[in-house]
Amino acid sequence: MAATVPLRAPTAAPPPSTDTLTESYWVRGALITFTLLFLIVFLFLPLAAVFIEAFRKGSDMFFAAFKDPDALSAIRLTFLAAGIAVPLNLVFGLAASWAITKFSFPGKSLLLSLIDVPFAVSPVISGLVYVLLFGAQGWFGPWLREHDIKIIFAVPGIVLATIFVTFPFVARELIPLMQSQGSDEEQAAVSLGANGWQTFWHVTLPNVKWALLYGVILCNARAMGEFGAVSVVSGHIRGETNTLPLHVEILYNEYNFVAAFACASLLALLALVTLALKTLVESKFSGSEAAAP
Amino acid sequence: MAALPPSRAKRVLPGFGISLGYTLLYLSLIVLIPLSALFLKAAGGGWEFFWNTVSAPRVMASYRLSIGASFIAASINAVAGLVVAWVLVRYRFPGKRIIDALVDLPFALPTAVAGIALTAIYAPSGWIGRWLTADGLKEITHATFLGQWLDRFIPEDGIQTAFSPLGVTIALTFISLPFVVRTVQPVLEDLNPEFEQAAATLGATRLTTFLRVVLPEIWPALLTGFALAFARAIGEYGSVVFISGNMPMKTEIAPLIIISKLEQYDYRGAAAVAVVMLFISFAMLFVINLLQRLSSQRFAAPV
Repeated sequence: MAATVPLRAPTAAPPPSTDTLTESYWVRGALITFTLLFLIVFLFLPLAAVFIEAFRKGSDMFFAAFKDPDALSAIRLTFLAAGIAVPLNLVFGLAASWAITKFSFPGKSLLLSLIDVPFAVSPVISGLVYVLLFGAQGWFGPWLREHDIKIIFAVPGIVLATIFVTFPFVARELIPLMQSQGSDEEQAAVSLGANGWQTFWHVTLPNVKWALLYGVILCNARAMGEFGAVSVVSGHIRGETNTLPLHVEILYNEYNFVAAFACASLLALLALVTLALKTLVESKFSGSEAAAP
Repeated sequence: MAALPPSRAKRVLPGFGISLGYTLLYLSLIVLIPLSALFLKAAGGGWEFFWNTVSAPRVMASYRLSIGASFIAASINAVAGLVVAWVLVRYRFPGKRIIDALVDLPFALPTAVAGIALTAIYAPSGWIGRWLTADGLKEITHATFLGQWLDRFIPEDGIQTAFSPLGVTIALTFISLPFVVRTVQPVLEDLNPEFEQAAATLGATRLTTFLRVVLPEIWPALLTGFALAFARAIGEYGSVVFISGNMPMKTEIAPLIIISKLEQYDYRGAAAVAVVMLFISFAMLFVINLLQRLSSQRFAAPV
């Protein structure tokens, strides 16, 4: 619809009847019913299954799953990996969006596409690339062995894989917003004598804080829940290189279903908290920042 | 998109060198160098090794399953996602805000959790799975007035969901569910109702209005959502491994082949299989970019 003339209702016309803009009662009912059924079967049922299976043998069995020292170390490692990956990708997101939206340089659109690459890569491949670099038969494998450094089947590999899969999250939220905001405010600040750091801290950051938080929330959820990439580099050593999702897999494969679903319910809770925070931030977003992506 | 004219923005603000430098360094270390290692590894064995690896029957079967199941899952989501987006934008009903938030669940729920939950539902002893076994189906049909007459149409093993390609498709439908909804929703919200009013005034039925006025507007977004869903489903691993049963030639997806090759220390073979998958992903990314350029031109035109 390439209408170059803006259509405007004649002022004298009566307010448009809403009937022309909606479907009949039955169609509406059918579409809403379909939506509810589809979402109940595909979204609500799996979510409910996690909690019901976790409590199937009572709450004692549920809480027993978290007394297992392997579960506790898995939780610790999950927090550690997210605790390193999220701040690093946050700093990257700020640097990348500053460079991309405040300056012009050749190859910018290529750079934008490259930042998105980790989203297009299968999680399994995200893990594989680090095995090819640092694994026993990888490029740096022999050198690492000589110096007694372990990356694959150890914590550093898990952190690296987590960084890779969560790489674009913050940058992706910030770039479109900062692009639409332009850099007039920053230029005003600089011309009034603020230095770069002051400009960034007092002008740019307050303008993008909700988008930043939004990106961090999504980044963290993915970092804590990542399975495929981490599974490739972890080696599944109990109590050492198992994150919580990997611990769930091990318990499940040992037919220890209650414990598996108990640990899974913790991750499902994280997902629900993420969704709640995300919805909250979105409502702030539309209030204080224009042109949310 | 109110980008400043480049000449004015250029170099007025400080920090260009350090921010771009850091961006490029971090991007190279985390993404570019590791990915190039993958391509070099796959190329290291020569063309013949590469071709023999990726054209092996078991690998080809896994590509077929990954692509086929992803295509079906993305198609289901294209139709259902359009309906969901439409209902969320156009209608008011109780619980709408919660449902709107819940649509993103597959983004937030760790894939392994989704995998075991879906298996619990669709396994032969599961909530839905038990009604799809031969006995379960008979129980349902016997409750109808047709009774045992319907028995002849029930397959001997019932309808296998978990541990079959159908199970793979269900898992992929789950994880790619939000894409179409979230790409179509904002376009529907921005749609000017005056076009639809005009169509109605001119005597078009609601269906004609939808097909001739609304659909052309949301078409690029719908295709983008489809492509995103497809791209995500192709590479998916966590939610599928539990429900698929991982039978070679039957329910083994391509990412699983990579894992099993790695476990046999066949790094080069794993890299070869991965390169083909990356090629498909990048082709999808290219198509998505093209579609987005197309749709942004459409929206830019009237202004």
